[in-house]
Amino acid sequence: MSHSTVPRSRAEADDSAQKTPAASGKAAGTPREKKDGKLSLRLRFRRDRVLILMTLPAVLLLLVFNYLPILGNIVAFQDYDPYVSSNGIVAMLNSPWVGVENFQRMFEDPDFWNAVQNTLVLFFLQLLLFFPIPIGLALLINSVVRPRVRAISQAILYLPHFFSWVLVIAVFQQLFGGAGILSQLLRDHGYDGLSIMTDPSTFKYLVTAEGIWKDAGWGIIVFLAALSSVSPDLYEAAAMDGAGRWRRIWHVTLPALRPVIALLLVLRVGDALTVGFEQILLQRDAVGPGAAEVLDTFVWWNGVRNQDFGYAAAAGLVKGVVSLGLVLAANKVAHLMGEQGVYKK
Amino acid sequence: MTAVIDKPPVPQRSRWAAPPRPTWEEEPSKAGVAGKGLVLALACFAILFPLWIVVVTSLSSRKTIDEAGGLVMIPKGITFIAYKELLSGGQVTRATIVSVLVTLVGTLFSMAVSVLCAYGLSRIGSLGHRWLLMLLLATMFFSAGLIPTYLLVQSLGLTDSYLALILPSAISVFNILVLRGFFMGISQELTDSARIDGAGDFRILWQIVMPLSRAVLAVITLFYAVGYWSAWFNASLYLNDQDMMPLQNVMIQLVQKQEAPVGLGQAIKTGQLSGLAVQMAVMVMALLPVAVLSPFVQRHFKKGMLTGAVKG
Repeated sequence: MSHSTVPRSRAEADDSAQKTPAASGKAAGTPREKKDGKLSLRLRFRRDRVLILMTLPAVLLLLVFNYLPILGNIVAFQDYDPYVSSNGIVAMLNSPWVGVENFQRMFEDPDFWNAVQNTLVLFFLQLLLFFPIPIGLALLINSVVRPRVRAISQAILYLPHFFSWVLVIAVFQQLFGGAGILSQLLRDHGYDGLSIMTDPSTFKYLVTAEGIWKDAGWGIIVFLAALSSVSPDLYEAAAMDGAGRWRRIWHVTLPALRPVIALLLVLRVGDALTVGFEQILLQRDAVGPGAAEVLDTFVWWNGVRNQDFGYAAAAGLVKGVVSLGLVLAANKVAHLMGEQGVYKK
Repeated sequence: MTAVIDKPPVPQRSRWAAPPRPTWEEEPSKAGVAGKGLVLALACFAILFPLWIVVVTSLSSRKTIDEAGGLVMIPKGITFIAYKELLSGGQVTRATIVSVLVTLVGTLFSMAVSVLCAYGLSRIGSLGHRWLLMLLLATMFFSAGLIPTYLLVQSLGLTDSYLALILPSAISVFNILVLRGFFMGISQELTDSARIDGAGDFRILWQIVMPLSRAVLAVITLFYAVGYWSAWFNASLYLNDQDMMPLQNVMIQLVQKQEAPVGLGQAIKTGQLSGLAVQMAVMVMALLPVAVLSPFVQRHFKKGMLTGAVKG
């Protein structure tokens, strides 16, 4: 392969140019390399074309399914009529423009504000109840020294993360539903049955509990990774200085976790408007939209169900833009705290 | 075992026993150990107990279920009748086949695309490397929204086609970054020497990089497979034909709406079979592959996640 002998990095290029001018200067007369030692674009393309070719399928998928639909957000400014044509794009081109009418309607819609409120309530509840649990569990597992016990409990704790939401909700229904085991037990002892799965007033706690059951165990993985990279010397040094068990947790273990906790917290805040779409959609019918509507299900209901595509796209666009702002802000905060964030600075 | 001769014999420890503590570390109190054990046991119980009930009920006969007044906690008179009925053709059998096929094809496709892309991006300094990486990373910040995506998939003519279950969510940028991080950790000398021996990029990927990355490949394969196996939303959006539905969607209908699977109504009415056992059997079928596979891959989780997190 001809390109295989061409150095890939600039440092290598400089190196070989200095050490073996004859090797790289096969065409000494022709300007194959620019003056600063950088290869010409054409040469770099010839060298890296296989690598570029390899990324192509993924790039194509992203362009079609992640980038192209962004353009589709123009239906938010249209009175989109899905019956003009069976092809969505043709229908889009033939739909009348209405400016910001969809947005005006949305901001006056109490259902929209209800969805906003539910989304935020769920977010804060999850932050408060869900977030600390994996940290505690990770500390606990980390303090278990028997390898077998560690491995087995980890395997069990990770398991529900791999279950689908359909399954998790079905399991909860079997336990806490009207015909579930708890209800059955209560009725056997002369109490009324339960209606946890259909009670709008406790729906937010139900959703949080399901989330904890499914993902709290999985959440410990990143904390365990952080803990395993703490040098044992630190613990020994602390012990030499007279720090007991709890002092070592406070002064060695927790500081080691601090960056991870901060990063996850920041990222979670950046993702605040997304609170379990599939999970909530599956239970929306049983509880009713009053308690169960979040921004994502609001978009789904108005768009997919009611075919009011322009209106739903407007809600989705608002959510997307606010989310983007939140993620960027969260990343900024992560960088300010000296963390890496989602991307390197 | 001749090499052991000049070493002192290592005392055999039970694999359940605690390894020796460093001298500076104090012995834990009995109450402390008991408390820790209790919390862990409770957490594990909270996860395993519901699954136990589901499995046991699915294996119970109509009589046992009626006696228990619903869900069964203690197994008695094990029978596989629910599974036999479900898998002897009909709606659930078809849905299971659909799910298995979509998972197999989808995972293979996702892995192929992801591994290629991750390798293509793993050489820092290659042409366009930064631009392509930005293109990937940017998608972690925004989503185009449900409605435009829905309209696009419809316009592409993917509705009522299994491609709609695979293509729109075929790759996860996070997975690609994890793979890339791992590939970048493979020593450059190794790939360079292969290159000198005349290997091209495809051969290096196939014969050197991939065999060295078995752990992370296993983890990412599991992630993709679980994603396809658990997916129901795309099917509910893009498929109209009931006969095409994957297992998860059929499960929603069975468990949430308390419907009997098509074709099984008769067996349930004649008293042979409990509707509850059928529901539980479908749930077991949905959770079984995941529950069986994930523990095998588990020991690689931390390694895989760590390389991805550090170098992403």
